[in-house]
Amino acid sequence: MEKARPKHLDLPKIRLPIPGIVSILHRVSGILMFLAIPVMLWLLAGSLSNEARYDAFRGFISYPIVKLGLIAVLWAYLHHACAGIRFLLLDVHKGLELQTARATAKAVMIVSLVLTAVIGGLLW
Amino acid sequence: MVNRHVIGAHYGLRDWLLQRITAVIMLVYTIGLVFFLFAAAHASFEGWRALFANTGVRVLSTVTVMALLLHAWVGVRDIWMDYIQPLAIRLTMHVLTILWLLVSFVYAVKVLWGV
Repeated sequence: MEKARPKHLDLPKIRLPIPGIVSILHRVSGILMFLAIPVMLWLLAGSLSNEARYDAFRGFISYPIVKLGLIAVLWAYLHHACAGIRFLLLDVHKGLELQTARATAKAVMIVSLVLTAVIGGLLW
Repeated sequence: MVNRHVIGAHYGLRDWLLQRITAVIMLVYTIGLVFFLFAAAHASFEGWRALFANTGVRVLSTVTVMALLLHAWVGVRDIWMDYIQPLAIRLTMHVLTILWLLVSFVYAVKVLWGV
């Protein structure tokens, strides 16, 4: 039977299963942190400088918009780490069954969001 | 498993392995740092500075930053390879990524070892 090639997929109609969502968010969070590397280093430098500059940095990160940005990076880190641990386990063939894989994907989403809310809330 | 002829090029196994080893290094460092933050919940500015003034901590931090940059290189390169088809744009993105990571590394060394 002749197949129609190339095959074009209708992207908005594709609904990713939950492990697919975790996977694409792993990439999104990775790129986000890649772009944030110099900013994070600059903040570390500020936190290690003398007391006057330290206070200036504390002033800078007290702006709500900056705090929201930092919480986005916090979520990116937590999601990337949790999903990464899941991928490492999949690499050693742990949790490959469909139901388990879906459950762990859901767990990654929930744990990273809850941790972001808790840590972000404590630091706000 | 794909059946292919081995002709001497490398197929990304080394990068794949590097990605995982560097990930574990960063996880261990993160756990250590979180442990310190809990142990010294009332730590002041001085406590934070003293931690990063310790040579051992500086060495481990530098190693972790190197792991981070290698990890980011493999991951970001994979993303460009998957989504950017035109060769010229893809190679440009590869070069910009390398420069971004090199600049970050030099800056990280300055921040960690300076003062």
